[in-house]
Amino acid sequence: MTAIQHISTSRRIKDRVVQGLVYLAFALAVVPLVSVLWLVISNGMSRFDVEFLTHSMNGIGARDVGGGAYHAIVGTLEQVLLASVISVPIGLFTAIYLVEYGNNGRLSRAISFFVDVMTGVPSVVAGLFVLAFWILFLGFSYSGWAGALALSILMMPTVVRSAEEMLRLVPVDLREASYALGVPKWRTILRVVLPTAFTGIVTGVMLAVARVAGETAPLLMTVFFTNSINNDPFTGPQMGLPLFVFDQAARPNDTAVDRAWTGALTLILIVMLLNLVARLIAWWRSPARGR
Amino acid sequence: MSKQIQVSGLDAYYGSHKAIEDVSMTIEPRSITAFIGPSGCGKSTFLRTLNRMHEVIPGARVDGKVLLDGEDLYAGTVEPVSVRRMIGMVFQRPNPFPTMSIYENVAAGLRLNGRVSKAQTDAIVEESLKGANLWNEVKDRLNKPGAGLSGGQQQRLCIARAIAVKPQVLLMDEPCSALDPISTLAIEDLMAKLKDEFTIVIVTHNMQQAARVSDRTAFFNLAEQGKPGKVIEMDETSRMFTNPSEKATEDYITGRFG
Repeated sequence: MTAIQHISTSRRIKDRVVQGLVYLAFALAVVPLVSVLWLVISNGMSRFDVEFLTHSMNGIGARDVGGGAYHAIVGTLEQVLLASVISVPIGLFTAIYLVEYGNNGRLSRAISFFVDVMTGVPSVVAGLFVLAFWILFLGFSYSGWAGALALSILMMPTVVRSAEEMLRLVPVDLREASYALGVPKWRTILRVVLPTAFTGIVTGVMLAVARVAGETAPLLMTVFFTNSINNDPFTGPQMGLPLFVFDQAARPNDTAVDRAWTGALTLILIVMLLNLVARLIAWWRSPARGR
Repeated sequence: MSKQIQVSGLDAYYGSHKAIEDVSMTIEPRSITAFIGPSGCGKSTFLRTLNRMHEVIPGARVDGKVLLDGEDLYAGTVEPVSVRRMIGMVFQRPNPFPTMSIYENVAAGLRLNGRVSKAQTDAIVEESLKGANLWNEVKDRLNKPGAGLSGGQQQRLCIARAIAVKPQVLLMDEPCSALDPISTLAIEDLMAKLKDEFTIVIVTHNMQQAARVSDRTAFFNLAEQGKPGKVIEMDETSRMFTNPSEKATEDYITGRFG
């Protein structure tokens, strides 16, 4: 017969030490996040005013106070929207093909492989590609649309991967239940599979949007640069918030640097707002709501 | 509303693996036919060949004939989707659509297949839920999610969903194996009621259930693991359980194997 054993002191010490290390690792991981947020908010608040949100940089001299990022906000929203309009349908259809029709055949394996490759494409390369192909080879001018093309190259693989994962999570049982009712396959996908995966797909799309909204390098080469408001994303150079931050931060005056901080704050707020909207949509469509 | 099924010389494959071999039988209308047999003997596979659900699995195929009142379901020009509209199916695990309410679940087959008026849908939903003995329990919460019901209620919801499209035949793949005895009883009562209207085929692991509910029983078995399953014997249920003609059937029913 063995007696009941007590936890030895050495085990108790080890337990404490490891616990302490885990807390420390957590704190280390949070430090950069909190400090970035703190810096952006504390430095950005000083210029976060109505003028900043409603005025462009047109006619603002090198040392002038005032001016704003309205042109950059409009540009970013239009470019990200256009990029989403291009990449979400393509990404979603690709994911549907991979999950529902591909059967892991040669074509679907090839698509999977190239999506993986695309995930690894550096954002500069996406910008260079659009510059070389759309602007230099086809001869179109710099525009928000060209920027959206570059952003959609970066967005597409993220959308495909996340939508694919979500579609695979939909149980086979549900598809079979629908087939057994005499519902054709395309309708099953449209009315049963997609609604079931909807929440997850929306989250995935929002992550992709958040990722591209902060891209600077591809925009530099495609939307060019401007200080004035251009509401038309298809003609003429535009601005984007990341470009605005990049440009203002490089100027030697404090007034410009302040504008850069506020630009960064605005970008964070826009991404947060979009995330919030996505959460709301997901909650509104969630099956558990009526319970 | 109810049709006879005649199967002759049916083989079913998963890729190169032959799951069932040379099955021939007649399933009578307005009656309950039960399939019994040990696990892996191909009962469920055979059931799924009857409404062309087998081929949904990649690599799966079928040889042979299945005649529904004389019409071959596997003839080259037959649209599998229309076969499934005529031959409904209830699965082992209750699988209501999680994004839909109770009402929408029952109406799913109608709505997903085309335009039906609101009044017509209302009437069919009520009729189907009454038919599945679920109406009284859910009539006040038709707009609540179907996934919020208990397991037994969910399974009756799935039966209501299957009968709402007015099939000729209802296939049930171990419909009670995930349910408690009281829900099982509710579903067995329901089957006895439904057989006035439908041809019912049920796969079950529960021999008492087969004895209780079915009119005819088929016993499936396989020579050894990896060999295809076959029908050993098919007869009136009363005779199968009292005086089977095959030794293997008797051994299985009396619990000597399987």
